[in-house]
Amino acid sequence: MKGKVHKFGDNVDTDQIIPARYLNTSDPEELAKYCMEDADPDFVNRMNKGDIIIGGENFGCGSSREHAPISIKAAGISAVIAKSFARIFYRNSINIGLPILESCEAAEEIQEGSEVSIDLTSGEIKDLSSGKIYKAQPFPNFMQKIIDADGLISYVKRKFKK
Amino acid sequence: MPQTITQKILAAHAGKKEVQPGELIQAKVDMVLGNDVTTPPAIKEFNKIGATKVFNKNKIALVPDHFTPNKDIKSAEQVKMMREFAKKYGIVNFFEIGCMGIEHALLPELELVKCGDLIIGADSHTCTYGALGAFSTGVGSTDMAAAMATGEVWLKVPEQIKFVYSGKIPKWVEGKDLILYTIGLIGVDGALYKTMEFTGDALKQLSMDARFTMANMAIEAGAKNGIFVPDAKTTKSRGAKVYKSDPDAIYNNVYTIDVSKIEPQIAFPHLPSNTKPVSKAKNVKIDQVVIGSCTNGRIEDMRIAAKVLKGHKADKNVRLIIIPATQKVYRQAMKEGLFDIFLNANAAVSTPTCGPCLGGHMGVLAEGEKAVATTNRNFIGRMGHPKSEVYLSNVAVAAASAVLGRIGHPEEL
Repeated sequence: MKGKVHKFGDNVDTDQIIPARYLNTSDPEELAKYCMEDADPDFVNRMNKGDIIIGGENFGCGSSREHAPISIKAAGISAVIAKSFARIFYRNSINIGLPILESCEAAEEIQEGSEVSIDLTSGEIKDLSSGKIYKAQPFPNFMQKIIDADGLISYVKRKFKK
Repeated sequence: MPQTITQKILAAHAGKKEVQPGELIQAKVDMVLGNDVTTPPAIKEFNKIGATKVFNKNKIALVPDHFTPNKDIKSAEQVKMMREFAKKYGIVNFFEIGCMGIEHALLPELELVKCGDLIIGADSHTCTYGALGAFSTGVGSTDMAAAMATGEVWLKVPEQIKFVYSGKIPKWVEGKDLILYTIGLIGVDGALYKTMEFTGDALKQLSMDARFTMANMAIEAGAKNGIFVPDAKTTKSRGAKVYKSDPDAIYNNVYTIDVSKIEPQIAFPHLPSNTKPVSKAKNVKIDQVVIGSCTNGRIEDMRIAAKVLKGHKADKNVRLIIIPATQKVYRQAMKEGLFDIFLNANAAVSTPTCGPCLGGHMGVLAEGEKAVATTNRNFIGRMGHPKSEVYLSNVAVAAASAVLGRIGHPEEL
């Protein structure tokens, strides 16, 4: 996957990603319209499908609302890179199949507007503007199984049928 | 290996003798919780699994509390979906308005959660039940769906941090101040993925209500769970199992906090860690005060509010909203005559709801407005307009601030 980078700071909370005033629905298309609205009201207009979000520390802190990764995914963002993720956001992203990558260096160095390509299998993040390659933290084995199964529900479904 | 209370509960629910931080386990759950925001997506996921029944009709709690009584048509449809799901699968613990309360006040009150339990909830403040000596953590809707079908959840055993509180708790200092002070000390990711174990002699002075307030906000430091080791004050419901940390259990970090030096705390916008003592928070004029939420809507909170507000009126420029967290708290406050005090202070008293805490309804802020709230988050736009501001405080300070029209100390009245 390849896309343009949109950078955000530390502690981007779920109220900024999808404000509670839009939580009276869980329809992904509807949630996509307001993605990142309280961090950047113009975000959905200036982003393109396939673009990449880069956050700082503790990305997705706050509420357990799965609507947050859902709105990012449904808006067309292909992956989120951050220095670290809040734990419920991390779980939720894996469970719904939003690719997330942890890399302090990449989050620090890659500039706003840069073109970046990501290889999810190897965890390689390439800054196409500078040519520099970054390696994301690998997922624990168990989590990789959930990712490979295409999310938690497919994973459970398989186990459930046994 | 010596174990902490958290490790012991996790091990017991994973069918193991002991567990180590970093280990991935598949654990059995004693309760799965969802609310009107998180349950509808969980139902959609549950339906994809192909399960014909839930794992246990008694071990699922569905509490419509965020946008109830339904604030608009879409919210009404969300709750309708929950109601029909509960009926279809015979889920015993579905709480309609009139019987409901804010989930994290309601479940302990009904003793649906107890010490020694493992609880997951699709709400980040599920960590509240750690006050009982239970392992309790927030998850998302998909995790909730999987647990409703299987009765299990995968968990990574968290690293352990211990907080030791000592000293006499000063007048007007509440559990809220201890936890705000702690979050200020370690930051909003200071306990990321970890356990916050609350210990020390000072905590013996805290009621169960105050302990719920502390455990409730463990998530605001990024923690997986917050937990108290049960003592004489801990509610021990039937079937409860008491676990204690071994004296030589291993902690990544130990923080020692002398509570006698703590003042009531204010968390300034826009992070719960942005704390200052109330004495350093002068001249902040406010438009609204909210007393309530899963953090501070219990009977002790209502009593503190009444003690401060008695004989006073809210400043004419301040809208004062008081929300008892459950029907039982509401009735008790009414019986004790607290509502007379609130109404004499020109407060609006509401039926239980999360409402304004997350900017849902019942007290949403306009552009440029400032509120003091006993709630748990002061993120950008949390209580309404992205350019509004929330200052977090304890109950006494919130009540005093309503009267003063600015952030202030109860002693100023």
